[in-house]
Amino acid sequence: MTADAGAGRVSVLRMGEILIAAIQQELTDESALALQSDLTEMAAAGARGVVIEISGVEIVDSFLARVLSEIAAATNMLAGRTVVAGMRPSVAITLVEMGLSLRGLETARSLEDAMALFQGQAGR
Amino acid sequence: MTSVDSDGSGAATVAQVLETRGEQVAQQWADLPLFRNVYTTGRDAAVAAAHRLVQVLAEVARHERLDDTSAPGFERVRPHLAQMVTGRTRSGATLQQITAEVADLKRPVLEIVAREPGGADGAVPLATVELMGTLRVVVMEIALSEGAEIIDRQRQQLLELSTPVIKLWDRVVAVPLIGTLDSARTQVVMETLLQAIVDQNADMAILDITGVPMVDTVVAQYLLKTAMAVRLMGAECVISGIRPQIAQTIVQLGIDLGDISTRATLADALGWALEKAGVSVVVGQG
Repeated sequence: MTADAGAGRVSVLRMGEILIAAIQQELTDESALALQSDLTEMAAAGARGVVIEISGVEIVDSFLARVLSEIAAATNMLAGRTVVAGMRPSVAITLVEMGLSLRGLETARSLEDAMALFQGQAGR
Repeated sequence: MTSVDSDGSGAATVAQVLETRGEQVAQQWADLPLFRNVYTTGRDAAVAAAHRLVQVLAEVARHERLDDTSAPGFERVRPHLAQMVTGRTRSGATLQQITAEVADLKRPVLEIVAREPGGADGAVPLATVELMGTLRVVVMEIALSEGAEIIDRQRQQLLELSTPVIKLWDRVVAVPLIGTLDSARTQVVMETLLQAIVDQNADMAILDITGVPMVDTVVAQYLLKTAMAVRLMGAECVISGIRPQIAQTIVQLGIDLGDISTRATLADALGWALEKAGVSVVVGQG
């Protein structure tokens, strides 16, 4: 089972107390679910924030949108702060048309901006 | 022509007359307002155009398709007729005027036909009238399709013209919305704004609705959608240019703008954006 999921799996990187999941290709349903369990496990192990970078995603369906908001809600609870970075215009339009505004979720233009958000918090 | 059908024999006679007296008809047509107003460069061009039309009518009559607007002959002159219709429309003629001018073409033909042997026979004038009526319908069809094309083109131009995205400051963009918002325009506004956010790497977007005459629940919904899409991209969105009446309407309609910030004027919104960006404006001394 793990061998099958290996191909499209999204790797989660840890940078200090921040987890970074950079999605660089289209997400299949399986790899989205795998990411969900990976991120929540790692967040539970100790993290101050999670950044999900989705600039590689061009197509979002209702399932993926739901998984994304579930990941965000779960990591929010465990890690405190979740930022979605680098969303493409077409994806934003699709989400809005589907009526999903991902409320309670922070957004940033790029991974850099997202990291700046956390640094700003640390400096305070 | 052995047809005993009176309509058919009438058509044959009309075809023959138009072929033999074509030049005469064309000369008379060239003096009528329709041709005179379109071919202003010279009478020769008008006569040539009229003659071309006469030949086509003769061909249509010969094939006994007097009431067929899709007869092959008409297809051939369609571009020329379209040119004439566009010319007349540009110089301010209404559809009514144009069809009246086309109707004027009938009299000279009837007179010429009547002078021909057998031309006074009841079936021949009837066939002539029918043929000219068909021409009138063809011109009308062309005029209507031309109008629809112009409207389509202008609608597209309006869409393109009405959505400029302006860079106000480093990483600050603004869209001045002018005119009534509908779903097609909102779509274009949203797409161009989001693309500009990517291109300019902007993190603040101002939607200025000073030029929007009226905000109802539908328009508010469009504004909310756009603002949400901007927020999802990771930028902040502020709506500016809300006039007092519009503010009252929004409140009276019970529209919830949610967590989208609003400002009275574009200047206020720019001030907000500059403050967010950490820029302070100082009035110079002397």
